[in-house]
Amino acid sequence: MHAVAAPASLDTLHADVSRRKLLDRLFVMVGLIVLFSALLVLVVLFLDLVREGAPKLTLDFLSSFPSRKAERAGILSAWVGTSLIMLVTACVAMPVGVAAAIYLEEYAPKNWFTAVIEINVTNLAGVPSIIYGLLALGLFVYQFELGQTIVAAGLTLALLILPIVIVATREAIRAVPRAIREAAYALGATRWEVTAHHVLPYSLGGILTGMIIGLSRAIGETAPLITIGALSFIAFLPQSPFTGEFPFLSFAWLKDAFTAMPIQMFNWVSRPDPAFQVNAAAAGAILLGMTLLMNGIAIYVRYRYRKKINW
Amino acid sequence: MIRRLRLRPRPAAQIKHMATHAASVFVPSRAVLRLRKGRDRVIELGLLLAALVAVFTTLSIVFVLVYESVPFFEHVPLRDFLTDTMWTPLFAEARYGILPLVAGTLVTTFVALGVAIPAGTIIAIYLSEFAPFRLRETIKPCLELLGAVPTVVYGYFALLMVTPFLQKFFPELPGFNMLSAGLVIGIMIIPYIASVSEDAMRAVPNYMREGSYAMGATRFQTATRVVLPAALSGIAAAYILGISRAVGETMVVAVAAGLQPNLTWNPTEPAATITAFIVQVSLGDLPHDSIGYQSIFAAGLVLMLMTLVFNIAGFTLTRRFRETY
Repeated sequence: MHAVAAPASLDTLHADVSRRKLLDRLFVMVGLIVLFSALLVLVVLFLDLVREGAPKLTLDFLSSFPSRKAERAGILSAWVGTSLIMLVTACVAMPVGVAAAIYLEEYAPKNWFTAVIEINVTNLAGVPSIIYGLLALGLFVYQFELGQTIVAAGLTLALLILPIVIVATREAIRAVPRAIREAAYALGATRWEVTAHHVLPYSLGGILTGMIIGLSRAIGETAPLITIGALSFIAFLPQSPFTGEFPFLSFAWLKDAFTAMPIQMFNWVSRPDPAFQVNAAAAGAILLGMTLLMNGIAIYVRYRYRKKINW
Repeated sequence: MIRRLRLRPRPAAQIKHMATHAASVFVPSRAVLRLRKGRDRVIELGLLLAALVAVFTTLSIVFVLVYESVPFFEHVPLRDFLTDTMWTPLFAEARYGILPLVAGTLVTTFVALGVAIPAGTIIAIYLSEFAPFRLRETIKPCLELLGAVPTVVYGYFALLMVTPFLQKFFPELPGFNMLSAGLVIGIMIIPYIASVSEDAMRAVPNYMREGSYAMGATRFQTATRVVLPAALSGIAAAYILGISRAVGETMVVAVAAGLQPNLTWNPTEPAATITAFIVQVSLGDLPHDSIGYQSIFAAGLVLMLMTLVFNIAGFTLTRRFRETY
């Protein structure tokens, strides 16, 4: 028979209890230490980038082209490229991602076909980003003959963040109570009217959060852009999207060659010359600052919307 | 007896009468109703097409990787690909053994897991079982930021901060090595492991904890002997998803681990991973039909298969822990 170990005396019992309580307190300390050292890494990393890159963190850095001379090099073409790529990415990922999420949450019947779509979305979220680069290289660059252009890069990153946008939008839509939909249906609204007039406005905060987080991921993605052949030395800007004549907008920039912030940083960091590593640190500080800022905005938006809505 | 209340539809004439006399009541005509239904159907089709983009993306990934690697495998026998110990597809005397790249990938992954599994698990246990509500809600978004840092910035961190720091203790450590790349990847995947494990532990029903407390267990005992075993499949899923992340990580290794394929299990040596090789080839300007160009798709196919196995295992496990309770 399995005997329960009986304490020999009250003293050993006390000792046992206090030992276990000590273990408890010890773990709290270990947990806090691990947690805060992980966060400390982030702080140290950011401060070090700023400190190393401080001599280059000037307006000149933002308004100069890359150069063979480290002290004259800047990130003008890189940040313009990144902005235009993000524009394409947002314009593609936002409508497609939100529409796909609406379909899955509000329209899709429960059958094997819907299950296939859902498995695909979850699986795509786990595909390494460089695989998206290979997809884009084979599909966009060579099959669709888009070449190594801004539109190819934007589409690639849009596909990459699509699962993030879809998952965030679905969660936001799911948080809208059933009663609101039923009230609208009871008044004779069609499914689309219920979605567009009631569900979407309520879930806007969650959708925006997902979009910002998706873009903050896309802004730092390097591998897929290298794979499709981003150039790291571009001393010119893409064609301007605004023109002097009617219709005042031009889309010629979509087909221009590009470089981007993370590409520029990768190029500088892989040079042995320490002068370029200062540039890399400055570019990294800006890149990391932008990512943190976007995530901060996302957290704030989520917080605001959560506070505003009381079901 | 239950009497049923019957609502009979009003005759159309009466509705029209109501509509003309009470202007505030909106009664759509039949044509309008039909139009709305038609519009709804068109919109539904559009939404379905958007959802199908995900399926098409998966299919295109498989298609592109297979289609572009077929010429590679016509040139290189599969046996050589899997057993040769040299990977030099860009040399004049080209050898096509994937083993060095797989070894590099596995070594960096193991180092990363050595950091991320203990740290992620401890953080998850702390946040799920010990942390006060306010602390948990504020600290979790901050922790997620660790996973949001651009990977190229982590590459800089590994090459120019972690490696010099390690060299203070191990002066013979080369400038490029898998150790610091792996350590940094480990830090990067802590939030994934912590958040999935924490979800798994929070899914453990409270009555199990209460039972344990009632028996006089401390919080630490409850966490390690009741909650942890109960959430085991979810925690395993977190580890596996972390492995998949580490295997696919590109920029950190491309910057900090060196780009030379090197068949070694020693993390202090430089070596290339599958992902680093793809980056290295893409940086050069290879013609579309060359064997070098095709080799990155073959490498990509291997990478895809590796992550696919881990992802499927991970998702199966997560689904199981969700269904248990």
